[in-house]
Amino acid sequence: MELFSLFISAIFINNIILNRFLGMCPFMGVSRKTSSALGMGGAVTFVIFFSSIITFGLYTYILEPFNLQYMDLITFILIIASFVQLVEMIIKKFSPSLYKSLGIFLPLITTNCAVLFVALENIKQGFNFTETVVYALAVPIGFTLVLIIFSSIRERLDIADVPQALKGNPVAMIVAAIMALAFSGLAGLV
Amino acid sequence: MSLFKNLSNGIVKENPVFALYLGLCSVLAVSNSINNALGMSVAVIIVLTVSNVIIAAMRKIIPNDIRIPVYIVVIATLVKIVEMLMQAYTPELFTALGVFIPLIVVNCIILGRAEAYASKNTVGASFIDGIGMGLGYTAGIFMLAAIRQLLATGGLNLVNPFNQFVFFDITLIPSEFTIPLFAQPAGAFITFAVLAALLEVYKQSGSKPVKKGA
Repeated sequence: MELFSLFISAIFINNIILNRFLGMCPFMGVSRKTSSALGMGGAVTFVIFFSSIITFGLYTYILEPFNLQYMDLITFILIIASFVQLVEMIIKKFSPSLYKSLGIFLPLITTNCAVLFVALENIKQGFNFTETVVYALAVPIGFTLVLIIFSSIRERLDIADVPQALKGNPVAMIVAAIMALAFSGLAGLV
Repeated sequence: MSLFKNLSNGIVKENPVFALYLGLCSVLAVSNSINNALGMSVAVIIVLTVSNVIIAAMRKIIPNDIRIPVYIVVIATLVKIVEMLMQAYTPELFTALGVFIPLIVVNCIILGRAEAYASKNTVGASFIDGIGMGLGYTAGIFMLAAIRQLLATGGLNLVNPFNQFVFFDITLIPSEFTIPLFAQPAGAFITFAVLAALLEVYKQSGSKPVKKGA
């Protein structure tokens, strides 16, 4: 039951984008088309899930026994960077069109705050292995969900009549604000 | 002259926050009070400037193929040092900023400047660029934080993080008229959208006379 509430709260209540403001770069960058938003969500889910499991193992079995906790940032970011490289090669091989539409934002998953955040949060909250797996799955699901909703709204926005100064990113921010308001209504869920 | 131009470029024209949309995560999250905003800015300025200097100094010996991992290791080391110093000397600020201090590692501004500027320029120029970009970040986050804190709590306050000395603590709006929404995530998005739109208006108004003259 506790795992379930962890899962739900990571998706809806403490949503990574709308509540914690993490992963804003791809949120603004690849949200123009639903298809690339879906691809981005998949790539981020893969990277977060596996890098969290590996960083958890690394921290528990290597850094902690040897009192090297202060090396956490450096080792975590290197693991994430190698995973992103791996995903990049896989996508390039199997879906060149998706690779093209994601463009620069694919290597930039390394600098997606959400990935490092989940790795650090697992340690900070003292999660055990099962909780780490659940959390590392729920956070990117919340990310993908919001990214897809947001990109489908932005597709409509492209044909809407928006004041000149608000065109592009500012109006997208207002949409994000309204979505954050809507999601804050779910706060009493768990 | 060119040094000054470098400096002002980062603050106004290429403001990393509102013009380039970089480092948004920390800007939106930490802008709930000017205290947190300024603390975060100082940490970012230190990391950005020192990493720019180190990377500029090493630019000739870093092999091109592995430059990004090298940059990331340099930045991660600096962030860890700053994090440990803050934990030791400014524990309240450290707790308030929380996970956003280690997340400076993945702040796009720092890696972006390393790649776009420090890897091609001299140590001195990179130093100035680091300070200019850092001040641009500070300007952006401070504006956002001042508006949000004023509207949400009705007042502004600034505390020295080292000894908890209160510089000032003023209340401008009576508590019945404050808008608590601005302390919440939605308020951050709205304030950001309005500021970005205002910058756009300012840019357009600035470019019109040039067009007429030409």
